[in-house]
Amino acid sequence: MKTRMIWDKIKSKYSIYIVLVVMFFICWLANANFVSIENLSNISRQISVGTILAFGETILIIAGMLDLSSASVLAFSGVLSVSSYLASGSLLLAFFVGVAVSVVCNIITAIIVTRYNVPTFIATLSMMAMARGAALLYTNGQNIYQIGDYVEFGQGYVLGIPTPVIFLAATLAVTWYLLKHTVFGRSIYAIGGNEEAAIASGINVKGNKMLAYIINGIFVGVAGVLFMSRNNVGLPNGAVGYEFTALTAAVIGGTSMSGGIGTAAGTVAGAFIVGFLDNIMVLSGVNSYLQEIVRGGIITLAVGYDIYAKTRRTKRKLGKINA
Amino acid sequence: MPQDIKLRVINIEKSFPGVKALDKVNFSVKKGTVHVLCGENGAGKSTLMKIINGIYKPDAGKILIDEKEVEIRNPIQARQLGISMIFQELNYIPEQTIAESLCVGRWPTTKFGKVNWREIKKRTVELLKAEGLNYDPDTRLKELTVSDVQILEIMKAISYKSDIIIMDEPTSAITLKEVDALFKKINELKSRGVSIIYISHKMEEIFRIADEITVFRDGTVVDSRPVKDYDMKTIIAQMVGRKLDDNFPKEKVEIGDKVLEVAGLTGDGFKDVSFHVREGEIVGFAGLMGAGRTEVMRSLFGLDKFESGEVMIRGEKVEIKNVKSSIRKKMVMLSEDRRRYGIVPIRSVRENVSLSNLKRFIFNGRLHVKLENKTVGDYCARMNVKTPTLDTTVDALSGGNQQKVVLAKWMLTDPDVLILDEATRGIDVGAKYEIYKLMTDLVKQKKALVMVSSELPELIGMCDRIYVMSRGHITGELSREGFTQENIMTLATAQK
Repeated sequence: MKTRMIWDKIKSKYSIYIVLVVMFFICWLANANFVSIENLSNISRQISVGTILAFGETILIIAGMLDLSSASVLAFSGVLSVSSYLASGSLLLAFFVGVAVSVVCNIITAIIVTRYNVPTFIATLSMMAMARGAALLYTNGQNIYQIGDYVEFGQGYVLGIPTPVIFLAATLAVTWYLLKHTVFGRSIYAIGGNEEAAIASGINVKGNKMLAYIINGIFVGVAGVLFMSRNNVGLPNGAVGYEFTALTAAVIGGTSMSGGIGTAAGTVAGAFIVGFLDNIMVLSGVNSYLQEIVRGGIITLAVGYDIYAKTRRTKRKLGKINA
Repeated sequence: MPQDIKLRVINIEKSFPGVKALDKVNFSVKKGTVHVLCGENGAGKSTLMKIINGIYKPDAGKILIDEKEVEIRNPIQARQLGISMIFQELNYIPEQTIAESLCVGRWPTTKFGKVNWREIKKRTVELLKAEGLNYDPDTRLKELTVSDVQILEIMKAISYKSDIIIMDEPTSAITLKEVDALFKKINELKSRGVSIIYISHKMEEIFRIADEITVFRDGTVVDSRPVKDYDMKTIIAQMVGRKLDDNFPKEKVEIGDKVLEVAGLTGDGFKDVSFHVREGEIVGFAGLMGAGRTEVMRSLFGLDKFESGEVMIRGEKVEIKNVKSSIRKKMVMLSEDRRRYGIVPIRSVRENVSLSNLKRFIFNGRLHVKLENKTVGDYCARMNVKTPTLDTTVDALSGGNQQKVVLAKWMLTDPDVLILDEATRGIDVGAKYEIYKLMTDLVKQKKALVMVSSELPELIGMCDRIYVMSRGHITGELSREGFTQENIMTLATAQK
């Protein structure tokens, strides 16, 4: 009985990582080319933009919020960043413009959410439309070609490591640190877990919500720069649907949509699960429409297993307490 | 007088990993009686009730209804066998009307499959009339009081033709007058031959309503006897397995300077409230539900705004802007609604305890988890929080332990003034006693305590002075010599 309990605990706490490892080996068995440095580095690069967005979503969802506008804001801040590079020739300036624009969009959202108590779903849905519109308006709907050295952000290497992977690792570290080792992290877990109790415990709820959106804004801005650079073009119409890729990674990674639960590592695992799946389907030449279906199904499967593993443990635990 | 046994359980056993929740439990309920179950949280009452209601499956043992063995696999089946359970925390849909609520899950339909609203309303009116209740079937549940909803739940149970009704602490959220109405209803049900299993922690009401009493401890039945063979001391001794010499561990503590002074506090639901609390003093606030006690404390703590009035802490006028400013001025409040304002249920004990004073663990911008673990562990030990680990989520703990977690959280902020709003509500006798002991320890450390409670015995037992409120005003102040239930009730019903 004891080993069973330990096994249960492992399963519920690390279920998502088990899924990730199992998937890794299944992919390996399915296609020998899967495990090569080249392919794995390829996967990491491919998932980088979506995963950076996912870190922002993770923080927001933990705090009981959400961002549906991240892909649109990414496009808006991205094209502004690209054109500011073309105007100034400074990569540094371009980077800061991208991040600043995104942060401003997120501050607007946060004000609407905290001051006027508009549900985040609505506030970010409206921001989603507005930011996309602004990106198209600014570029007149045209892509911005010939962006020169701007590609360095997304296609360069530092010490042999692709830059997107470095950005991915850096945002992971920031998210992990924020969630684990700061008052902000603790506060948003409490806010998402029980907002009224957080207020009654002296937590500055509005301030922390604002901060959560600002951090999301920084991540979205970084993702925007990376996205344009990787595509070697300023795409006002780009990254459509990335907000859902990000949400998927967060949710598969164990972030609870009802708030208060989630980790940075879980979100990375979630992102890699989706990344592995996409990759193996391409390698194996699966029909691309079929790929969509599988990708949809895997969300329910992964989250379903996670909930199953957790409720089993909770049930036993509850039994013990009500005994 | 021989009476028919309505429900009988024989040698019921139930284990959860690592714990034997019920060990060979035997227990029977007679027809048309009220059978009260006592026991500390975790004694096995709830598990047994969940087995009878079909939520859990027993590992061994038999359940007999009318001396015929039955198997109860789920709550629906339990209902078909005439068993209904009314839960402590009523789950209802605020937007539902009375008619909708009473017919939930068995809506009559027309032959086209459309819900037959006319029929529903007709049935509801009949039901309401039969029970002598004066409600409009179109009233929404959110417009009703908790006790109204409770009465409706009971009606629902009756309308299912239940003859065994389980009530889990039905009076924990209703006023004295409503308790009277509930007890009248219970007596009426009794006379119709309905058997009632009644779980309660409140001694006064147990003796008012019980025909028989069964005491549980550690998953076994300690004793089961008619009420006339019991007295309060015996029940408590059987529940906790030890003798409580004194129900209230009140000690003489030297009273010092004024710590908190409130003058002319006026806000939503209270007017011109003035009082003070000294070092080493426990000051009670008595009054009926809705007298404005909670509102005063919430405003004082910065959860709600107040219109006018002055608050002084240690002689210094303070401005209460929000909870944070109160905490900084070393005044904290344990709220009456633990689940809503006290705990973050899905997070760990550690995170809950450190929540209000995280700054204490920050070094160079980094939260020091090791130090946090140690400190929180110390405070939990001091508060006697029983938890498997500090990483256990708070919702897995019993009510009493959750309350101690909240207390530990506040102690970590090192307060001078501690406001306790219904601190012992819904927790078992043993945990109550521990909280009283903690209160005594705190005043010995020169803290000033404000104790808001609806249970007069604990106010009388623990306080040095009591303010009584009625309709938003303080109607009187009593010192220990003047503490009697009569005095307090007179002031609590006074008009000013």
